[in-house]
Amino acid sequence: MPAMTGSSAPALSSAITAVGLSKSYGDKVVLDGIDLHIPEGTVFALLGPNGAGKTTTVQILSTLVRADAGEARIAGHDLVHDADAVRAAIGVTGQFSAVDNLLTAEENLMLMADLHHLNRREGRRRTAELLRRFDLTEVSAKPVVTFSGGMRRKLDLAMTLVGNPRVIFLDEPTTGLDPRSRRTMWEIIRELVAHDGVTIFLTTQYLDEADQLADRIAVLDHGTLVAEGTAEELKRRIPGGHLRVRFADPDRLDAATALFGAVTRDTESLTLQIPSDGSIPTLRAVLDVLDSASIAAESLTMHTPDLDDVFLTLTGRPRSGDAATSPKENAR
Amino acid sequence: MTSLSYAVSDSMTMLRRNLKHALRYPSMTVSVVVMPVMMLLLFTYAFGSALGTGIEGMSTGGGDYIDYVAPGIILMAATSGAMVTAVGVCVDMTEGIVNRFRTMAISRAAFLTGHVVGSVIQTMISVVFVVAVALLVGFRPDATPLEWLAATGLLTLLTLALTWLAAGVGLVAKTPETASNIPLPFQFLPFIGSAIVPPESMPTGLRWFAEYQPFTSLIETLRGLLMGTEIGNSGYAALAWCLGLTLVGYLWARAMFSRDTNR
Repeated sequence: MPAMTGSSAPALSSAITAVGLSKSYGDKVVLDGIDLHIPEGTVFALLGPNGAGKTTTVQILSTLVRADAGEARIAGHDLVHDADAVRAAIGVTGQFSAVDNLLTAEENLMLMADLHHLNRREGRRRTAELLRRFDLTEVSAKPVVTFSGGMRRKLDLAMTLVGNPRVIFLDEPTTGLDPRSRRTMWEIIRELVAHDGVTIFLTTQYLDEADQLADRIAVLDHGTLVAEGTAEELKRRIPGGHLRVRFADPDRLDAATALFGAVTRDTESLTLQIPSDGSIPTLRAVLDVLDSASIAAESLTMHTPDLDDVFLTLTGRPRSGDAATSPKENAR
Repeated sequence: MTSLSYAVSDSMTMLRRNLKHALRYPSMTVSVVVMPVMMLLLFTYAFGSALGTGIEGMSTGGGDYIDYVAPGIILMAATSGAMVTAVGVCVDMTEGIVNRFRTMAISRAAFLTGHVVGSVIQTMISVVFVVAVALLVGFRPDATPLEWLAATGLLTLLTLALTWLAAGVGLVAKTPETASNIPLPFQFLPFIGSAIVPPESMPTGLRWFAEYQPFTSLIETLRGLLMGTEIGNSGYAALAWCLGLTLVGYLWARAMFSRDTNR
């Protein structure tokens, strides 16, 4: 390995560091001492079910809520003692769109420009640029109250970008969006990192979203981080992937069960679950075994690990809090 | 720019936002103006002659009943703007936009200042409108320009005090409906003062309350400035009430705004 020199391979400086962040509301512990280290220019995803503490983490790191214990630095500034410097460096797009419904899209952006103390011309330039970039130019003069969820979310993010933040918090940016708007949002987020070099702190309930966007993923459950790593690292820890093979009758199911040994079988639906990493060779191996024994299978589906598997594996139980409605969902 | 000039420019930005809201969705403002105008017409034409005869000979300063009741109604116009502020602040709080403001490096007080100043401007416009209607239906004040100026100052000060209190109400109210209901009892306070009839005409307990509650000193001062009745100590009391309530309202609203955001 060649020696690293300061100029050619500078150590990535940290956009967000946190040590021992804790928060309780009454006797309900929401965050129980979490540590974070997020290098500049990367995308970090905080993955967890409803009520895991994702939003609270964002609220603390974006100076909205004060932690009971712990310290954090954002873009080099102390969260508590230098809150205004932190605010100047960050942008936040929350779960519920923070737009002014009574103003037009353009006025919303100009409002942000004014609050960032851009002069009139610079504000107009930036507004026009963002409207264009987010494909909102045509509706720029319409009141936001008429916007669809996807448009609103785009405007929300555009407003966050007016001040050129170095660190952007996105709290469940695609929750409640239709699949197409979700794709658009993903494109926008990818572009932000590629072109603007910003650091993104993202929370999500969707494993595939974290997988699509994040350099590193941390799994949050009941206020503690239960795992952290790249998407690949996490998936390797999750044996949830399997092939589901369905047979025409119980005899064939029995024969196949004997062939594969210790696999999960479901007599009701005549299916076998065979653990698999989803690769072609393992798929071919399974088919070869069935072929050589001349057992015809009706159908085969591939099952990739999802958040349920992550939680089953990492916490030894299904994901928590799905049934319970978290308070924020009642907020409007 | 210094932090003070940032605070001023942020407040101006917020003020522009609120005035834009008011211009675009004027129904709230209009309903707030209509109330005191209706009241004025009601008390002038429907109840005027009965009430006027009833209180004859009491300390009304003589003259027509409209000259007695108009200052009271004008003062009520100044109080009615409070509801707009309470609802406006509350609506903003239930939407995400305030959390966005809070995560930006802008002056903390700007959001509330924008609301309050916007509301004071709207309220003073509706006061002017009510005065104009009063003049049309026969109100004949004998105030000098200086007294008019003092009356305007007094009403502005009162509006400022009530608006800061209303901003606090808007921050603690969970829903806009609650926010619009809380100020309602206070809008009726002038009735149990000297707005419509002199306190001397009331039963003892009520009279005691009427004589010492803040609106009576305000109404008496306003009436004195506009109609030349005796002001006495009411002027100082009115000024003290306004300044005191402004301070309390301001500090309360600021404290409520700085709380943690989880509501």
